[in-house]
Parts: sequence; C-alpha cells; structure tokens
Amino acid sequence: MQKVIKTIIAAGAAAMMLTACSSGATPSATSAAPSASTSASSEAPKIKVGMAYDVGGRGDQSFNDSAAAGLDKAAKEFGVDIKESAATNGEAASAREERLNQLIDAGYTNIVAVGFAYAESVKKVAAANPDVKFAIVDDSSITADNVMNLTFAANQGSFLVGAAAALTSKTKHVGFVGGVETDLIKSFEAGFDAGVKAVDPSIKIDSKYLTQPPDFSGFGDVAKGKAAAEGMYQSGADVVYHAAGGSGGGVFTAAKAAGKWAIGVDSDQALTAPEDVRSVILTSMIKRVDVGVYTFIKSVHDGSFKGGTTLFDLKADGVGYSTTGGHVDAIKDKLEAFKADIISGKITVPEK
Amino acid sequence: MKVDFRRLGLGVAAPVLAIVVALVLTTLILLVAGDPVLAVWQVLFKVPLPRQIVAIVNEATVLYLSAVAVAIGFKMNLFNIGVDGQYRIASFAAAVFAGAHFLPGWLNIIVAILVSMLTGAVWALIAGVLKVTRGVSEVISTIMLNYIATYLVAFMLRGAAVKVEGSNATSTQILAEDSRVPGISISWLANTSNKVYGLVLLAILIGFLYWFVLAKTRFGFDLRATGQSESAAVASGVNVKRMIVTSMVLSGAAAGLIGMPLLFGQDYAYGDTVQAGLGFAGMSVALLGRNHPIGMAVSALLWGYLNQLSNGLQIGAGVSDRLVLIIQGIIVLSVVVAYEVVRRARQRLEQGRVARELAMQAAPATKEVAA
Repeated sequence: MQKVIKTIIAAGAAAMMLTACSSGATPSATSAAPSASTSASSEAPKIKVGMAYDVGGRGDQSFNDSAAAGLDKAAKEFGVDIKESAATNGEAASAREERLNQLIDAGYTNIVAVGFAYAESVKKVAAANPDVKFAIVDDSSITADNVMNLTFAANQGSFLVGAAAALTSKTKHVGFVGGVETDLIKSFEAGFDAGVKAVDPSIKIDSKYLTQPPDFSGFGDVAKGKAAAEGMYQSGADVVYHAAGGSGGGVFTAAKAAGKWAIGVDSDQALTAPEDVRSVILTSMIKRVDVGVYTFIKSVHDGSFKGGTTLFDLKADGVGYSTTGGHVDAIKDKLEAFKADIISGKITVPEK
Repeated sequence: MKVDFRRLGLGVAAPVLAIVVALVLTTLILLVAGDPVLAVWQVLFKVPLPRQIVAIVNEATVLYLSAVAVAIGFKMNLFNIGVDGQYRIASFAAAVFAGAHFLPGWLNIIVAILVSMLTGAVWALIAGVLKVTRGVSEVISTIMLNYIATYLVAFMLRGAAVKVEGSNATSTQILAEDSRVPGISISWLANTSNKVYGLVLLAILIGFLYWFVLAKTRFGFDLRATGQSESAAVASGVNVKRMIVTSMVLSGAAAGLIGMPLLFGQDYAYGDTVQAGLGFAGMSVALLGRNHPIGMAVSALLWGYLNQLSNGLQIGAGVSDRLVLIIQGIIVLSVVVAYEVVRRARQRLEQGRVARELAMQAAPATKEVAA
C-alpha cells in the first residue's frame, strides 16, 4: 500500500515539474480563465486580475456577486484575464494570506480582496509585494501606495430604504434582519432605523441578527433568514429589510408566503433573486461594490491607479435604492428629497 | 518479533487503506462532476512551498491541541462536542486578560494561558457536573454550551472591543510587542520569512503529557479502564463520577490551549475574524489519529495539508474549494470503515492462529494426515 502511495506521489510530483517547466506559469484547466498563451497572442497584454472573494464566493446573489459584476463589466470592456478564489467558513487567517500569495504566484498581480476580513492579510502581502496592486472592499484601515481602499456609505443607502419602508408600511411596523452582528452590518441597521424614524418616529422596528461572529454562517443560511422574517411578519411587521447576503433568499420566501414586502440588499435583488419572489421586493439598497471593483480595474487599465481610500456614498452614486418593479414610484419624490438632504449635508446619517 | 511486525502492519494498514479509498472515491466524484482529474492530482501531490509548509505546521499545531482535548474525552467514552465552545470562550478570556497588560512580558503570557485553561475547564465542568448529578448526556449539554459560548462571547466582545479607525473588524485590545510569543524561523531550512508558532513547543509538550498521563500513571489507567468498561472499573474501585468530572475538566483545560498559538503567534487579539470550528476539526483529527499521541500529530499535519490545498485547488486546478471538504469527509468515513475492516481481519488472524496452535497441541497426528 505504502509503495503505491509513494509511487503516486512521485508520479504526481514528476508530472507537476514537467508542466511547470513547459509553461512557466501555473497550468490552468479552467474554461473561465484563458491561459497565459492566449493572452500573449492578442495585441495588448491583458490585465491579470485575481479575485479573492468572501465566504460564499461568486453566486451568492448578493455581496460577492456584486463584486463579480464589476469584474465581468471590466472584462467585457478591457479584456481581463481572471482568476477567482473564495474563502471557506472557519478558515485560518493564514489561508487568506496564502490565497493572495497564490494569486500573485500565478501571475495575477492586480488583486481584489472582497470583504473586511482580508484587511490583515492584504496589509502583510501588500507590504511584501510592492509591485502588486490591491483593492480591498469595506476597509480603510490600510494605508499603502499599492492598496486602494473601497469603502461604501451603506448607512446612507439604508437610510433611503428605511424611509421607503416607513412610507410603505400600513401597520406602522417594520423589521430588519442582519446576517452577522458585525460593526459593518450594524451600520446598515443604524441607517435604516434613522430613515424610518425620519418619516415617522412612532413606527416600531423589529431587529434580529442571524448569527454572531466568528460564526459567519448568517450570511448564507436561507432557513435562518426565513425563520427570522416569518417571526417579524407574524408579529405585525409588513416591510422587512435584510442585510444578510445569501440568507436574504429566506426573507423573500417568508415575505411571499405572508403576502408582505421585503427589501433587498447590495445588488438590485428584484433582478437577481429567484423569479417567483421578485414581486415582493419593494426596493433594494444598492451598494455598488461592482462600481468599486470596476473603478479599480479601470484605473489599472488606464494607468491612473493610486493607493488610498475612495468612499462610495450617495453623492458618488456608490450607494442608493433600486426602482425595479415600480413599487416605489409613488414615493420616489420623497426619497429623492431625502437623498438631496443627505448629499447636501442637511441630514447626517448615523453609522451606529 | 514476527507478530509485532504484523501488528504494526495492521496498525498502519487502516489509515493507509482509508486514504487510498478516499483518493479513489474522490477521483470518482471528480469524474462525475466533470472536473479535471489530472489537474486536481497535480495540485494535491505538489510539494508545498516553504511558506506553505510553515502554514501547514501552524495549522497542525492548533489542530493537534484540539485533537488532544477531544481525545481525553474519547478515551473515557465521553463525547466532548463542546471543545469548540470551550476554546472560543477560553481564548476570549485570555485575550481580554492579556490585552489588559496587568503583567509584564512573559509573565503576562503564562498567566493568560492559565486563565484560558481555567476558563475552558470551568466551561467543560458545567457539562461534567450536569452529567454526574442529573444524568444529562454530555453530547446534548456541550452542544448547547457551544451556542451559549458563542452568544456570550459576542455579547462580551461588544463591551471589550477596541475600535480601529477605518476597519470593520471587531476585536479586543491588540497585544503589546512584549506580550507576543516570537515565532520560530525556519529560514536555515527553507527559503521563507514566515515563522512557525513558538507555541508549537507547547503542543509537543501537551502531546507528551497526554501520552505520559494515559500510559504511565494510575489516573491514566483508571481513565482508560472506565472508558473500556465502566462496570469493570467500578468493580476495581474506580469512582466513575469523579473520573467523568476530572476528565471533562482536563479536556476543557486542554481546549483552552487551542486558541493560544493563534492569540500569541498570529492574531494578537480575539475578534470576529478568529478561526472558528477548530473543535469540530479536532474531532476528525482525533478519530483519524486513533487518539494516539503520534497518530494525532500525523493526522493533524495531514488535515493542515488538506486545508492548505483549498486555495491551490481553486487557483491551480480551477475546481471548487469544497472538494477539500469532500475529501476530508470521505477520509473520516473511510477511516471508520477501514478500522472496522482491519479489526475484523486482525480478529480472524488471531482466531486462526489460536485455532492452529490448539489443533497442533491437541492432535499433532491428525495435522500430519491433513497435511
């Protein structure tokens, strides 16, 4: 038995060396990512972008997908060579660091780290690789020439959907479902609460977080999202806003069953959620992670890349609310008025 | 000597059989899923880079401590599912204590580690006391205590958290330079600036203590005896209730050590990005290593190696990182099956040998005829 294993290992190692010698780059078997040879044959060398997603990865219909949308847009416009990789729940901090290092080793020297959990890893790896350009979403704690910090005023966008919820609610009772109780998600809640209270201070707000850190399953647990929203609808809420990533699907299902409203998050979920629940999505708080990612790749493309923090707020159209479905058409004037007040500084939206 | 070789062979046969079965099953899954089999195997059998070796050893250090904590219970036939909650609440307590910097340098580290062990022990004690006084299954109570630990720590972290400007992560006070355990450089061995956790030495010491206490002390004998047959242990005068409480406390104290290499060697604080689920991973590692001090070390390294692969599989082979979870799951299942197969094979061999010897003694004449 042991001999067999040894032989396999030896054969594998030998095969690895052979391929390593022949191509000089990591052999890629993916259909999504064109190999180095194809990019060399085209006129200009393609920008090589390595994506390090948060837990859930591409396909979460929310946060990660929003980042992926920006990447796809850039790929369409400039022709980008893409390599993607996602975090696993409960991985070691060293695994995040290793992910960035492997992307660099594979030649992907423009790296997008999706999510604040990458902050420490980006800090270290960026210092060790000054030639590699980084973008990190939702963190501005790193200051380095080769790191672009993409932050979003999610509280401002949440204020607007909070106002939309308050203006729509007939029972004077709304709800908030947070994925994981982190400071980031608490700023969504703070903005939402402020928006509701700005319309009518007497409205009751239910609030529930699905999990507590370090358990981040609250961003991907449809059953928990459904249970939390069901409770709120049964106790009288008629609009529930979720900032719970993939768990939001459960909130929509509950809204559909109760015949009440739900509010989506990050992406325009009336376009991304499963079709049968789209009709219950009043609006979505749009956090333009896609714009952030696109901006980063574009800056690399035209050579204008600069390290530092870029805040995507209402003013920069980095956050906002969606109008798909036409459910907020009747109250749009009021929402736009709030929006103008926030941009002008007349209203300051709290962060926590 | 010949018999010893056979026993050794059978001992090694089970894990090897398990790994081979896992590899075959994984290949089948890859084929069914239409993933590139060759590229996956290239990634799986690629010699790790120096910095990856460091990461594997570091991950194994933490997993090993977790496995020992679980194994102490396993030896007693106690299923301490609560190692996961115990290590998190203990790490939090240690991080808060060490972060307050009441004591200077090394003293701070040592006392914080003791605080962690004590916290883990107390958390496990609850389940132990519930079991001996009320007959509550430790499986149920420790699962519940895991949930309580999660929410309790999250609640207390809110109070203890120190805000870092621009960061969305929440964590306790970052430890001062002198309250960190320096890493061990392996630059003389391989080209990397990454360092192995200094507390790898603690893991080795714990492994030794685990072996010594179980194999060489009266307490260890009582513990193993109780685990194998409670009634026999009672008959020979063992106080089973006290054994249950003691081994839960020891298991919890060992669980308190799990987070220490992370706290003093990597994160320097306890926050919401701390590594979760180590208690459960420890169960797999203990199972794979058969609760043996060396066996668990080997399986911890294997586990660390597999965890390490998740990035390479995505980036190098373009398949889902979940493949690693599938391989790990299959290995654990295969191990359980393989051990049973090998146990039966051994039993048959023994029976055959005994039967042959008996036959030889009873009727040498008949044997000659038969031959």
